[in-house]
Amino acid sequence: MTDNMDDVLAQADPDTPVVRRSLWTRFSSKSPIVLALLALVLGFLIGALVIIFSTNTVLDAWRNIFSSWGAPWDALKVTFDNVGAAYRALFTGSVIDPPQFWHSIVTGKQWDNSLTPISETLTYATPLIIAGIAVGIAFQTGIFNIGANGQAIMGGIAGCAVGSMINMPAFIHIPLTLAAGIIGGVIAGAIPGFLKAYTGAHEVIVTLMLNYVIAFFLVFVLLSTALQLPNQSNDISRTMYSSAQLAPLFGTASGLRVSYGIFIAAAVVYFAWWFLDRSSLGFDFRITGNNPNAAKASGINARRVVVVVFLISGGLAGLAGVVQVASTTHYVDGNFLIGNAGIGFTAITVALLGRNRPMGIVWGSLLFAALGVGGRNMQAATGIPLDLATIIQSVVVLFVATPVLVKEIFRLRSSSAQGIQLATKGWSS
Amino acid sequence: MRIELRGITKKFGFFTANDQIDLIVEPGEIHCLLGENGAGKSTLMNVIFGHLQPEEGEIVIDGETVKFNNSGEAVRRRIGMVHQHFMLVPVFTVAENVVLGFEPTKSFNRLDRKKAADEIRRVSKEYGLEVDPDAVIEELPIGLQQRVEILKALSQDAELLILDEPTAVLTPQEIEALMAIMRSLAKAGKSILFITHKLKEVKAVGDVITVIRQGKVVGSVPPSASESELASMMVGRDVNLTVNKEASPPGEEVLEIRDLVVRDDRGLAAVNGVTLDVRAGEIMALAGVQGNGQTELVEALAGMRRIESGTITVKGRDVTNSKPRQMLDRGLGHIPEDRQRDGLVLPMSVADNLVLNTPRRAPFARRGSRNLSAVDENALKQVKDFDIRTTSIREPVSALSGGNQQKVIVARELSRPLAFLVASQPTRGLDVGSIEYVHRQIVNQRNEGLGVLIVSSELDEVLALGDRIAVMHEGRITGVVDPTTSRENIGLLMAGSSIKVDHD
Repeated sequence: MTDNMDDVLAQADPDTPVVRRSLWTRFSSKSPIVLALLALVLGFLIGALVIIFSTNTVLDAWRNIFSSWGAPWDALKVTFDNVGAAYRALFTGSVIDPPQFWHSIVTGKQWDNSLTPISETLTYATPLIIAGIAVGIAFQTGIFNIGANGQAIMGGIAGCAVGSMINMPAFIHIPLTLAAGIIGGVIAGAIPGFLKAYTGAHEVIVTLMLNYVIAFFLVFVLLSTALQLPNQSNDISRTMYSSAQLAPLFGTASGLRVSYGIFIAAAVVYFAWWFLDRSSLGFDFRITGNNPNAAKASGINARRVVVVVFLISGGLAGLAGVVQVASTTHYVDGNFLIGNAGIGFTAITVALLGRNRPMGIVWGSLLFAALGVGGRNMQAATGIPLDLATIIQSVVVLFVATPVLVKEIFRLRSSSAQGIQLATKGWSS
Repeated sequence: MRIELRGITKKFGFFTANDQIDLIVEPGEIHCLLGENGAGKSTLMNVIFGHLQPEEGEIVIDGETVKFNNSGEAVRRRIGMVHQHFMLVPVFTVAENVVLGFEPTKSFNRLDRKKAADEIRRVSKEYGLEVDPDAVIEELPIGLQQRVEILKALSQDAELLILDEPTAVLTPQEIEALMAIMRSLAKAGKSILFITHKLKEVKAVGDVITVIRQGKVVGSVPPSASESELASMMVGRDVNLTVNKEASPPGEEVLEIRDLVVRDDRGLAAVNGVTLDVRAGEIMALAGVQGNGQTELVEALAGMRRIESGTITVKGRDVTNSKPRQMLDRGLGHIPEDRQRDGLVLPMSVADNLVLNTPRRAPFARRGSRNLSAVDENALKQVKDFDIRTTSIREPVSALSGGNQQKVIVARELSRPLAFLVASQPTRGLDVGSIEYVHRQIVNQRNEGLGVLIVSSELDEVLALGDRIAVMHEGRITGVVDPTTSRENIGLLMAGSSIKVDHD
């Protein structure tokens, strides 16, 4: 919580009384939204530098700036052209392509083409939002659930099993499939929950290790008769019946993949807001997360809180997994949520980006999904590798995690007193 | 060393922490700086010690104007500081801590432990500060840790010693020992700047007392000034130091503790067979040097620590080994010893902290859903009734001063129906005005028939509030006496003496 300079000052110097803050300082240094936007700006600036230093045509132009009078101007132009083209491709690939969009408005045709980028971004963001909230609720309780990915895999497996077992009417099948996914996640979350509550095992170690256990469990069930696609030797599951799938919002014919899953994500966001801000249990969770000693003195059963938070967090992660399967691939294979596709890990980053607040997580997820989707378009259009999008994502996270650095770069407020004040704190404080 | 401050001004943004401060400390003088929390004492000390740079004014040492950019430069000009929170490495020995940063070395840069230990023995002997150089810091009591801090400053040849609230963490005996050390240092020609908000201490040890209020010097007075004079200078108005308490006939017993045994974290019987009663409408004050089992006793009462044997009965009902929630539901009001650790959630709002242990009680919640308008309404009422100074009920409680944080807890505990109240060190670290306020609230509750157990290591507080006084030593009650008993006799009980004192 060192992002709040006023708190730092107030804590470090007991002789400093409460200073009434002006509207401007509140806006400039306290608002997490402002800080996140500034972090985004820095991410794109550093991304631009990476483009410049990795594009030969740009570097050559700068090497030759002394060759003629017009060369410096040319170098600048080449730089702006390249960086501009890359970022334009990033935007048009993830949000909308303005000329194409205008064409659709004027002619009323090709809406599918116009809306594909934003549809893809929403498709990737949907499970990420749910998983991000799973992680965020746990973080707010002071629990580091690093195992959301494993819990999501369990949700995917369970949902896929129920969805592909027998055909039944959609109005029963979809709720059953989603419930199976949630239960899968709850089971995976219960293990670290009970272990922490009753043996004191550290949840980071347990959840981290369970991710590996579950990844191998995935391969095991995919090769068993329970889930494997019949007459196959590969690790691939049966396909879910269409009655269990989350259908595309605009029908299968449209080609737009964005599904009814986004309503589930919206419901989860609303639930998380209500739970954290309005429910008594959520209040207990936040007290426990911020001060376990005061929680105990206030009569909160810490053991119960730990178990319940893992059940909720695991259940939501499982839901993220089943939504991912039911709205996109409709089957799971050995690569499900493995490696770069591990939404449970991206969820940790997204929760950090959104400061564990539901709406913050939504914006963080949309940003990450957009950079991922747009990055692919950029690679295709300009040849700049997808890794640039990853670099921007990483830089943004880095700056969000170090708000003091961002404030310093943008000179939001002189912080000369702060370092010294912190230094005067002793180990007993 | 003679140090003179001329017109020191230090600002934080729009807030002026020190405003044109003038101060002179003569060689061999114990100069007390007295002021409430937030008056700007610590800021001024950080300016002298080079942690902070003043916007205006100058520091003159022995006729020479100096300017410190950091504390290292201050140390080189022979200024030593003992911080409120010690700056020691807990796992290092006394010798290692004292020489830290100025280590004597043998060949190949190896630490010369013998030389370090010898240095400590030399300084200890010179000023009568007994410490074992080979003891590990974390195993030493607080009073000795502080002595190590003083040793460290002296071994760096400090001529001016700044002691920032040194007595806040000490037992009465340790305070006595510290004062003796201060006197002997002054006799040896060292200058001492002693910062505190405790009136008795400045009168006991000071040569000159300078009072500051809201960043300004109010005036300097000799130690012969009366306590009420000093208090009104500090607070800026007349303060009532004695608690007005009319006689009130006690009712039936609300809390009965029988042969209670409770173990501390190390597994030792910290509470070893305590029997104690609290009656309705009376204040039972539990006196004793800190660390004699009071903390564990209170934790057992709050349901936060397991009871080995013995019973606790509330209004005739056995509540031994109840959970914290059950104790709260039975009517326990609890003002915890460490308010920031156990009583508040600092990043959460004043309004939330005011319902911290009643979130499910109507009207604050219904069927698992919180009623935030009731929470806000309650907060507005409590802020008004208990005079909590905050800019808004949404302000995080961390932004409040210590006194107002304590008021939040007092408001929360006293505003729900209670069977009895346990208040542990209820005024520790508070300024005079807040102490007066908290005391009055507790006495009001007692007048309305509440049974109150106050645990305090401040004898003044025990004598002022208690209708009966129980003294605790090494986990046992050494005596229950009435408040007219002399300080000497209570002191003997606190020291564990089995001397018979007339009571009842």
